[in-house]
Amino acid sequence: MAGAMPPSFIRNNKMERSITSYSLLHDNKVIVNGRIIFYQENIIKFADFLKTVFKQEQLAYPKFYKMDTLSKLGFLAAELVLKEKSIEGYRPEAVGVVLSNSSSSLDTDVAHNETIRDRASYFPSPSVFVYTLPNIVIGEVCIKNKIKGENAFLISETFNGRLLCEYVNELFNNERVEACLCGWVEVMGNSCQAMVALVEKLAPGPDGINGSFKPLLFNEQNLNLLMKHN
Amino acid sequence: MPQRIFITGYGIISCIGNNIEESFNFLLGSKPGTGKINHVQTLLRDELLVGEVTKSLDELFDMAGIQPADGYSRNTLLGIIAAREAFASGRLDQHTELRTGLISATTVGGMDRCELYYNDFLTNDTRNSFIDSYDCADSTEKIAQLLGIHDFTTTISTACSSAANAIMLGARMLRTGKLDRVMAGGCESLTRFHLNGFNALKILDKDSSKPFDINRAGINLGEGSAFLVLESEETLKKTGNVPLCELAGWGNSCEAFHQTASSPDGIGAYLAMKKALDMSGMAPREIDYVNAHGTGTDNNDLSEGRAIEKLFGTRIPLVSSTKPFTGHTTSAAGSIEAILSILCIRNGVVWPNLNFRERIAELSFSPVEKLMTDTEVNAVMSNSFGFGGNDTSLIFRKVEV
Amino acid sequence: MDELILKLKQEVIEQLNLEDITPDDINPDLPLFGEGLGLDSIDALELIVLLEKNYGIKIEDPKDGKKIFHSIRSMAEYITEHKK
Repeated sequence: MAGAMPPSFIRNNKMERSITSYSLLHDNKVIVNGRIIFYQENIIKFADFLKTVFKQEQLAYPKFYKMDTLSKLGFLAAELVLKEKSIEGYRPEAVGVVLSNSSSSLDTDVAHNETIRDRASYFPSPSVFVYTLPNIVIGEVCIKNKIKGENAFLISETFNGRLLCEYVNELFNNERVEACLCGWVEVMGNSCQAMVALVEKLAPGPDGINGSFKPLLFNEQNLNLLMKHN
Repeated sequence: MPQRIFITGYGIISCIGNNIEESFNFLLGSKPGTGKINHVQTLLRDELLVGEVTKSLDELFDMAGIQPADGYSRNTLLGIIAAREAFASGRLDQHTELRTGLISATTVGGMDRCELYYNDFLTNDTRNSFIDSYDCADSTEKIAQLLGIHDFTTTISTACSSAANAIMLGARMLRTGKLDRVMAGGCESLTRFHLNGFNALKILDKDSSKPFDINRAGINLGEGSAFLVLESEETLKKTGNVPLCELAGWGNSCEAFHQTASSPDGIGAYLAMKKALDMSGMAPREIDYVNAHGTGTDNNDLSEGRAIEKLFGTRIPLVSSTKPFTGHTTSAAGSIEAILSILCIRNGVVWPNLNFRERIAELSFSPVEKLMTDTEVNAVMSNSFGFGGNDTSLIFRKVEV
Repeated sequence: MDELILKLKQEVIEQLNLEDITPDDINPDLPLFGEGLGLDSIDALELIVLLEKNYGIKIEDPKDGKKIFHSIRSMAEYITEHKK
C-alpha cells in the first residue's frame, strides 16, 4: 500500500492554520502522517489491536492498561500524533482538545450496566464507572501531555467536519489557543475508528516536517478527506 | 469591541420548584430540597438522599403539554418543561426570522427509561423506542422539534460542567454571528446507572450535603433542567426584549490531573475563573458573589476553595454552594446554578450555603451562612466543574436599563 | 498465609489491570500506594470491591482502606481476621 498522501489534499501555502501531524486508526490499520505504521491482515480482537500498537510504539505508560477502550483508542491516537510533532513548546493553557464521536461512552456504559443489573452479581466497579463519560478520554490525553487549555467532546450521528473545524477555529480566534488536538474517536463493540489531528499556526517549511510529510491546510475538506482516508 | 451577550429569558425545574417563581420562593425558605428516592428503581432506594423532582412521569407529560408516548424519557420531559418556560420568557415565538439555535447538555440522555427496558430488549421488543432514546442528542432533538427551533441544534456532554459549556458555546455562536439567538442549558434525570456509579466512588453523603464544611461527607445527587435565552446586542435591538442580565465572561480549562478528582491546588478551577474574569474586563473585587461548584466532597471543596483564594487573594467575595437546595444536578447544574445566580442579581439576594457549621481548616474563608436580602449584587461568578477535569466558570452582570 | 498472599497478588494484578507485573514483582511488605505500582484513589476503591466480591468483606468508610490496603500482607491479615 502506498504511503504517500492522496493528491486531492489541499496543501497549505499561506500563513494559515495547518494540520501538522495526524493519526488514523481503524480496526486493524494505523496510519501516521501518511505512513502505514501498523497493519494486520486479519482483524484481530480490538483490545489486542490497541495493546499491540501501544507496545510496538514503545509508549511506556502503565495507566494505559487501566483505561477503557475509548480512552485507550483516543490516547493512543493522540500519542502517535504527538510523537511526530511535539507540543512541548506551548504553554499548557494554550493547547486545546476537541474530540467527537457518535456512540459517546456507550461501550463502557454497557459494561457498567452489567455490574448493576441484578442483585446476585451486584458489584459496581469504580474504575469502570469513571469511564462512562466520553470526555474522560480527553482528560487522559491532557494528563499525559500536561495540556490545560479548553476541551470539548462533541457527539453527532456521523463525522461533522464543519462543526469541528468551526469549533477549533473559534478557539484559535477568541480563546488564545495556539495548538489544538482535534478529531474523531469512536468505539462500539468490536469496531473502532480514530482520526486525531494536531492543528497549529504554522506554515510549511521547505521540506515539510519529518521529511516527507508537509502540513495540510486545516479546513473542513481536509478533515473529511482524512476521515475517508481510513 | 466584540458584541455583548444578554440573557433575555429563563426556565427551570428541579426538586425546589417547577418554574422560576416556585424555585425563587423555595430558596427564600433556606431549607434543603432533597429527600428520599420515590421514582428511581434502585437497590439504593432507602439509603440515599436525593434532589428528585416530585412529579411522576404522567404528571411530567401533563406539565410538558404532550400526550404520554413511548420514547420520552423523564430527562426529555424535564427538558421540555424548562425549555417551554424559557421559550415564553424570552418570547421566542416572536421574530421568527431570527436564526435561533438550541444547545442542550445532558450526560444521562434517555438512560432513565432505557435502563428499565435494556436488559431484555432483544427478547421483549415492545419498548424499543426507549432504547433509541438512550442517545444524548435524542432529548435535544425532541425539545427542538416541539419548540420549532431548526436553525441549529447540538448536545454537549462534558459531565458536570455540560450545561455551563452549552451556555458558553451559545454565547460564542452569537459573538461570531453564526446565530442571532440561542436557547442554551441542560437537563439531567436521576438514574440507577449514575446513582450506583457515584455510590461506588464513595462520594455520596447519606445526609443533606455540607459544602465547605470541615465535616463534609459528599454529594446528594439531584435532577432537573434549566434553559437560558441568549441574545446578541444586535438581536436585542430587533426583539426589544428587556435583558435579565449580561453574560459578561466565560472560561473553560482542563485540569489534567485525574479522571475524577480535582488537583489539590485547584489549578483547573483557577484558570477557568481567571479566564472568565479577564474576558469580563472586571477586577476581582468587582465580583460580589461566587456561586461555587461546592459539591460537598472532601476533594472538590478544598480544591475549589484554594482556587478562589488564589484568584481573589485576601478580598474573597461572598461564596456559597446552592447544592444542598437542589442536589447536584450534574449535567444540568451549570444552567440551574446560572439561573440561581441571575436571581441574586435580579432580586438583590445571596443564597446561603446550607448545613455549614465549621470552616475547612486549610481555608481562610467561610461561605455565606444566612440568606442575605436587600444586598446589591452586581456581578456573580458561577462555577461548574466536571469529571475529566473539565472546568467552566461563567460571569453574569447586572444591566442598567 | 503465604498461599493467601500469592492469591491476593494475582487478584490485585487482575482487578487493577497491572499489565506486565507478575506476583514476583510485588513485595508483600512494601506499600501498595505511593511509589512502586503507581496506584491511585480509584484503585483504592477497586480494592474495596475486590474484598467484597471475593471475600464477602464490606468496607463502608473508604478512609479505613488506608490501613487495610497498606500492603499485600496487611490486606491478607485483614481478610484472615474478617472473612465470613
